[in-house]
Amino acid sequence: MQTEIIIAGFGGQGVMFAGQVLAYAAMDKGEEVTWIPSYGPEMRGGTANCTVVIADEEIGSPLVKNPPASIVMNLPSYDKYEPLVKPGGVLVVNASMVDRGAKRDDITEIFVPANDIAEEIGDRRLANMVAAGALIACLPILSIEDLEAALEAHMPGRHKRLLPKNYEALRKGAEFATEHARKAK
Amino acid sequence: MTRELWKGNEAIAEAAIRAGLEGYFGYPITPQTETLEWMSRRMPELGRIFLQAESEPAAINMVYGAACTGARVMTSSSSPGISLMMEGLSYIAGTEVPVVLVDVMRGGPGLGNIAPSQGDYNQICHGGGHGDYHPIVLAPASVQEAVDLVPLAFDLAEKYLNIACVLLDGSIGQMMEPVELPEMRPVVRKEYAWATTGAKDRSRHVLTSIYLEVGLEEEVNLRLLKRWEAIKANEVRFKEYYLDDAEIAVIGFGTAGRVALSAVRAARAQGIKVGLFRPISVSPYPYQQVAALAERVKSLLVVEMNTGQMLEDVRLAVSRRIPIEFYGRLGGVVPFPDEILGEIQRIAKQPPSLEGHPAQRWLERMTAPQR
Repeated sequence: MQTEIIIAGFGGQGVMFAGQVLAYAAMDKGEEVTWIPSYGPEMRGGTANCTVVIADEEIGSPLVKNPPASIVMNLPSYDKYEPLVKPGGVLVVNASMVDRGAKRDDITEIFVPANDIAEEIGDRRLANMVAAGALIACLPILSIEDLEAALEAHMPGRHKRLLPKNYEALRKGAEFATEHARKAK
Repeated sequence: MTRELWKGNEAIAEAAIRAGLEGYFGYPITPQTETLEWMSRRMPELGRIFLQAESEPAAINMVYGAACTGARVMTSSSSPGISLMMEGLSYIAGTEVPVVLVDVMRGGPGLGNIAPSQGDYNQICHGGGHGDYHPIVLAPASVQEAVDLVPLAFDLAEKYLNIACVLLDGSIGQMMEPVELPEMRPVVRKEYAWATTGAKDRSRHVLTSIYLEVGLEEEVNLRLLKRWEAIKANEVRFKEYYLDDAEIAVIGFGTAGRVALSAVRAARAQGIKVGLFRPISVSPYPYQQVAALAERVKSLLVVEMNTGQMLEDVRLAVSRRIPIEFYGRLGGVVPFPDEILGEIQRIAKQPPSLEGHPAQRWLERMTAPQR
């Protein structure tokens, strides 16, 4: 059993960190996991992405062309990854940063206004956790509780005061996705 | 032991520190810099030596000098930086002192790019510096394997008074995986009879790589070769996957090997009898094991992130007993499993030819106009 997730967006949107939270959560559950970033000049602006692979056996390739699950935080990432998601897969789209609709109907696209929800919580930088919550609501491999436990266990001490808002962001994202999925049916 | 999520480059540095590293000398270069960065924080806090040199030639010569004292020392760099170190490495080999080198390979030739590559295989395994010498080269395919091979590299370098290189590519350096790090070993300065430790109450120790008397230089070369024979006999390492009933074997090291593992599993799911042979020591190369593999399977597929450098070692081991195909991606491109799966399917359908050169056939396929 193996699941691959690509998270993409502008540098500074927290896509690397969101991927690391998933990786920590998977590791703490005893799974095998790889997290690999794009590490080129895009780190200093432009689009950045990371790939997380979660499996119950030794992981082969840490990179994947057609992920079954993906988060795109901006329009260039949406344009790049929408065609690549595996048929039947899930794509969480940050609707706050994207001004077009879906081009595919063979995948589940979930439009989450991640920036707006994050601002409601009180910090725009939580958009990544809102999107991560939305994705996890659609994936059986990890739960919101797993992500919360990972944040608690691995966030450096000086950031611990930020935990409640991160939890809130994860839950709001998950709620939004669940609601969206219900409406779609 | 608890598993922790570590970035490859940082895990390598910490593994070296826990193996009793006394001195690190280096110069930053992507995609390796996190190793140097980690050293810059950890070494001083442990009262050990971290020194950022003014250049790679300076760094390798500092390593050379420090190794002559018998201290456990290392440097790390990436492809262009390693090229700059080649003179120093040859001197180290000629002086017969133990040194560990980490090469986090990137796309080349030239300044190339910072993406993952395996283009330094020949430079590291089959030469680089001038003269007759053979480094021990260990090629991890995961962060855990890198962590395990770093202490081994020190032990082997010191056992055989040889250069030991840990050869990986940028993707292993940059990626995070759960690892179990070894316990912290104390720094133990070995009592070498040759070490230049200050000639107090004893005669001077002279360490050099210059032997103007040709007979003496020949003796040195013979001694190096004897040692290399012992290394070849004792230090071959590899890992096998799904080879028991395999009719096709894929051979790949490092990242190309682990990407091939995904392709092999996908092919197995389609009923293709295929396995994977992943060399861990690429120097000494597992020639005998690859030769034995050629007796068991019908054809081979060599996969690399270069133009077929290890392919030549496979061809040497196999001779013309069974057909070999090659698949490579170049210049910083990492293959996806699907590409390798496609090659496996092609070989399963139509066994390749014994005639011609596998890399030539691959080049023709790579450069054929897309239909």
